[in-house]
Amino acid sequence: MTRNAPDSTLDHVMPESTDAKDSTQRLALRAGTAPAHTFVDGPTERRKTWLRFRKHRAAVFGLGFIVLLVILALTAQWITPYTPEEVNLRMRGDGPTADHWLGNDDIGRDILTRLIYGTRVALLVGLGATMIAVTIGVAVGATAGYFGGRVDFLLSRLIDTLMAFPLLALLLTLSTVFGPSLRNVVIVIGCTVWASYARVVRAEVLSLRERDYVLAARAAGASDRRIISRHIVPNAIGPVIILASLAIGSIIILESALSFLGLGVSRPTASWGTMLSDGRDFVRNYPHISIAPGIAIALTVLAFNLVGDGLRDALDPRQRS
Amino acid sequence: MAAYLIKRLSQGVLVLFLVSLLTFFVIYFMPGDPARTMVGQARVTEEQLEAIRDKWGLNDPWYERYGNWIGNLLTGDLGTSMMRPGQSIGDMISNAASMTLRLNVMAFAISLLIALPVGVLAATKRNSFLDYFSTFGSTVGVAVPNYWIGVMAIVLFSVKLGWLPPYGADSWKSYILPVFVLSIEEMAATMRLMRGTTIEILGQDYVKTAEAKGLARNVILYRHVVRNAMLPVITLLGYRIAFILSGTIVIETVFAWPGLGQLFFDAISNQDLQVVQAIVLLLTTVVVIMNIVTDMTYAIIDPRVRVR
Repeated sequence: MTRNAPDSTLDHVMPESTDAKDSTQRLALRAGTAPAHTFVDGPTERRKTWLRFRKHRAAVFGLGFIVLLVILALTAQWITPYTPEEVNLRMRGDGPTADHWLGNDDIGRDILTRLIYGTRVALLVGLGATMIAVTIGVAVGATAGYFGGRVDFLLSRLIDTLMAFPLLALLLTLSTVFGPSLRNVVIVIGCTVWASYARVVRAEVLSLRERDYVLAARAAGASDRRIISRHIVPNAIGPVIILASLAIGSIIILESALSFLGLGVSRPTASWGTMLSDGRDFVRNYPHISIAPGIAIALTVLAFNLVGDGLRDALDPRQRS
Repeated sequence: MAAYLIKRLSQGVLVLFLVSLLTFFVIYFMPGDPARTMVGQARVTEEQLEAIRDKWGLNDPWYERYGNWIGNLLTGDLGTSMMRPGQSIGDMISNAASMTLRLNVMAFAISLLIALPVGVLAATKRNSFLDYFSTFGSTVGVAVPNYWIGVMAIVLFSVKLGWLPPYGADSWKSYILPVFVLSIEEMAATMRLMRGTTIEILGQDYVKTAEAKGLARNVILYRHVVRNAMLPVITLLGYRIAFILSGTIVIETVFAWPGLGQLFFDAISNQDLQVVQAIVLLLTTVVVIMNIVTDMTYAIIDPRVRVR
């Protein structure tokens, strides 16, 4: 516990978990300057990754929590005794009781039920938007990095342009244009956050396209399309997985912020952000309405971040000793 | 070096052009009729509405509207607000921006003052209570939505205890809650980064050399470790400063703080299109400039960057 000897603080050469690498690497990933690492696919490598991941107790805990959320989201209509939109004006703002474990909201809806239905929105937006972003980002980044030249120049400026926007301001504007709804939130977030993936993939591809096996494939007469999809993208995907797992949490926060401001998921759909926004107007008398969704968001984001940390340590070859 | 600067500047101008186009078109397609919103409940004839649209150039073709906007911008004229008649957008933005900057400067200062020493201490005393506490705190700090902390802080300090005003910007007391809430996330991120970087640098050869030379521990820590550990922190800081608005829109709405985020949100809600356009373009310009500055700093420090 205590390390008071004057030189003992400097004696650990290889700390087992270095957050520095996390953050500097994340910055490097964003800046597109991260060095490339190859990624060998196959069962043994996957197994090794899993073993490394499993060593992170916090990450495993996070993964367990996410699995629980997925189960809740899938079984919501069977496990909740009420419906999320069932109004009961006589129970307006009631605190927790045996029948309503987390109490009722400002118009008497059961908070626990809405919270459970809210996992659907959070997961749908977090995973859906990330999937859209990864798809666009990988496609754009691979194209830019592989073809280079004018294509690269134009796509890179597009990436720069998107990354120059203050994200929430852009999302609020787009949400006003397309109208707030669950579907639009997923699409709008997905279509605005892909630039960082494109940057990472581009940097990876720039180095991958000069590798011997790519040259060999080209010499063998493989088409660009085949080389990109078979040889380049699978090898550039590692950093994307890390980045994506770390981004899901912030997307969930973004969605909740949008909904909180009334430009995310439209009412009466139960989203944690709209629940917070509903509760905020009554926070003086019924603070419990706002407490539950806030904790739900925090725990979910925490779980995704922990999994992301674990994945990064498991996937990043520079951390292997 | 000069060639690199010119290259980055021209790229920056191109990006700003694309940003202005994109902003213009997003707002061009914004649903609703600003002229109708402008008159509100007043009963007007279609001719009067048409006159308003003509006056504000809403009937002009897009290229003319875009051209006028950019033309005026280049002469430094941001135009006047549609929804707050007679108010120049330039004044509105500079007033609001100063309020936002005040909040953020304080929040940045407080978070750095706490996060930097705690991060270094946690790194030098690994597995101590302080280390666990700060690691736990920074992990949780980035996960909790800060606007929720804001709402909860209002409940506790304004409603229950009655110590601090829940909203507005009337006295020095009004600053406490929003600054506190804004600094949490910043503090968490900086602390985590500082701890990690310090740990990494402690393992470097030059630190061992300094140690072997028999330098005092504090001298090593300050001269060799902390100085180098500051570099990624500065990068993160530059990035965060560039994106100040994204962080403050929600907080300013929660605390009804008369800053840029609030102004932007009001403008979006009231279809004050010129104001929205102006704010977005201003902020992206800040980001583009910050990026160029960062790149140039790297180029000065690391010559390899220039040839990329």
